[in-house]
Amino acid sequence: MRYLIMLKGAQPATPPPPELMEAIMTLGAEASAAGALLDTAGLLPSAAGARVRLSGGRLTVTDGPFAEAKETISYALYEVRSKDEAVEWASRFLGLHRDLWNGWEGDAEVLEVMA
Amino acid sequence: MAVTAADPSRVLTAVWRIESARIIAGLARLVRDVGVAEELAQDALVVALEQWPVTGVPDQPGAWLMATAKHRAVDVLRRQSRYRQKLEEVGRAQPQVDDTDLAAEADDYVGDDVLRLIFTTCHPVLSTESRVALTLRLLGGLTTDEIARAYLVPEATVGQRITRAKRTLADKKVPIELPPPAEAAERLASVLEVIYLIFNEGYSATAGEDWVRPALCVDALRLGRTLATLAPREPEVHGLVALMELQASRIPARTGPDGAPILLQDQDRRRWDRLLIRRGLAALDRAGNTFGPYVLQASIAACHAKAATADATDWTRIAALYDVLAHVSPSPVVELNRAVAVANAHGAVRGLAIVDAVELPDYPLVPAVRGELLSRLGRDAEARAEFERAAALTRNARQRSLFEARAAALDG
Repeated sequence: MRYLIMLKGAQPATPPPPELMEAIMTLGAEASAAGALLDTAGLLPSAAGARVRLSGGRLTVTDGPFAEAKETISYALYEVRSKDEAVEWASRFLGLHRDLWNGWEGDAEVLEVMA
Repeated sequence: MAVTAADPSRVLTAVWRIESARIIAGLARLVRDVGVAEELAQDALVVALEQWPVTGVPDQPGAWLMATAKHRAVDVLRRQSRYRQKLEEVGRAQPQVDDTDLAAEADDYVGDDVLRLIFTTCHPVLSTESRVALTLRLLGGLTTDEIARAYLVPEATVGQRITRAKRTLADKKVPIELPPPAEAAERLASVLEVIYLIFNEGYSATAGEDWVRPALCVDALRLGRTLATLAPREPEVHGLVALMELQASRIPARTGPDGAPILLQDQDRRRWDRLLIRRGLAALDRAGNTFGPYVLQASIAACHAKAATADATDWTRIAALYDVLAHVSPSPVVELNRAVAVANAHGAVRGLAIVDAVELPDYPLVPAVRGELLSRLGRDAEARAEFERAAALTRNARQRSLFEARAAALDG
């Protein structure tokens, strides 16, 4: 089973602490060594992106930033035996944010990839 | 602080899957016995099942399990040490166990522990099926029941294999260590063989109703990826990982909507998993310019992965790679595959000559390949008889239907 984990949160005023980035790298290495993490990357703020919309039969392209309060910050693709295992990896990831970035809040959405 | 929303037993199952190999491997170094190590780890699991629903899931569940198991290990060792002290009063002196050292030792980086454990569970002193069962259980974190379901055998059978394996390791005093240089190549080959056997049981199930059991492929892939992290300088480890990633990339295309197998040349290649192909090719790169059996097989799989259509397959290169493989690692199965490659590159007559020399009694793919090549030569009656023989030989229901369909189509 594969799960896509999308990290979402408010765009912070300051960059993430280096200790957090270091801890995330370590967690990523652990998850890769466990054979569970297939792919992961951080995403630039939506200001650098665009949205293509289909509405009323018309395509429109709008440059970022998007109006949403929350930005999609990163993604990770896991191959695991159960949803619980994917949730555990997501919990560890958010746990690092809790421990190393005071006040930061956000969500990790755990979505199953269609087989 | 406790996570209240999470169901402790579900968290525990997930954490166990992720951490059990490292916990058991770390304990095995302390107590020098995989059976005792697993018991201690299981004890910690039971303690967690009792405590977590009351106290909540600890912040660092993996570390909690490790610490709990480690305490128990130290108790066991202290008891053994007291026992030794009693012996000492009677006669010979034994070194005393220092708890602080033990605790510090147990905290060491556990990567090498996991590697030592893999070499132990794949030790040639064990039967092949015991190696597979013990590896899936101790390294893969599977329960006995899960292994039994994956292999379609009774749970008791798997339980016996595992018990027997642990006893054999203890009786024969197999040390939990990396193999000495003189044995390294042979022992690594055994580890790779066990992982690939697990993969293959998932990839082309030898028995049962399903043609593929992808969960077993994923278990093997995870073991392989772990091994590649722990032994990054072994080209054949990367070769095996590359081979498995590339073969697994075809799983979505290998089965029709009704569960029937679809052969490589008929697969919808748009359904191949591009991510696994990318990972497989990257692993093959890491293997470098080497010619071990897994690297060669992965190179062959890479030829298929790179061909946009079946017709675009570079059969000349594949046949050449099989020639090398037949030299490096001769086996009847390699000869059979070489026959197919040579037939595709240089004509069915030359392929048939190779098949006719293959000695693999009762292996259904021999008559199946012969049937295919005979039908290409227009020798339909002979081809039909071969497909009928293949259908009679296979124990896999899906494969049987495939061969029966080929035979029926030749009835004309």
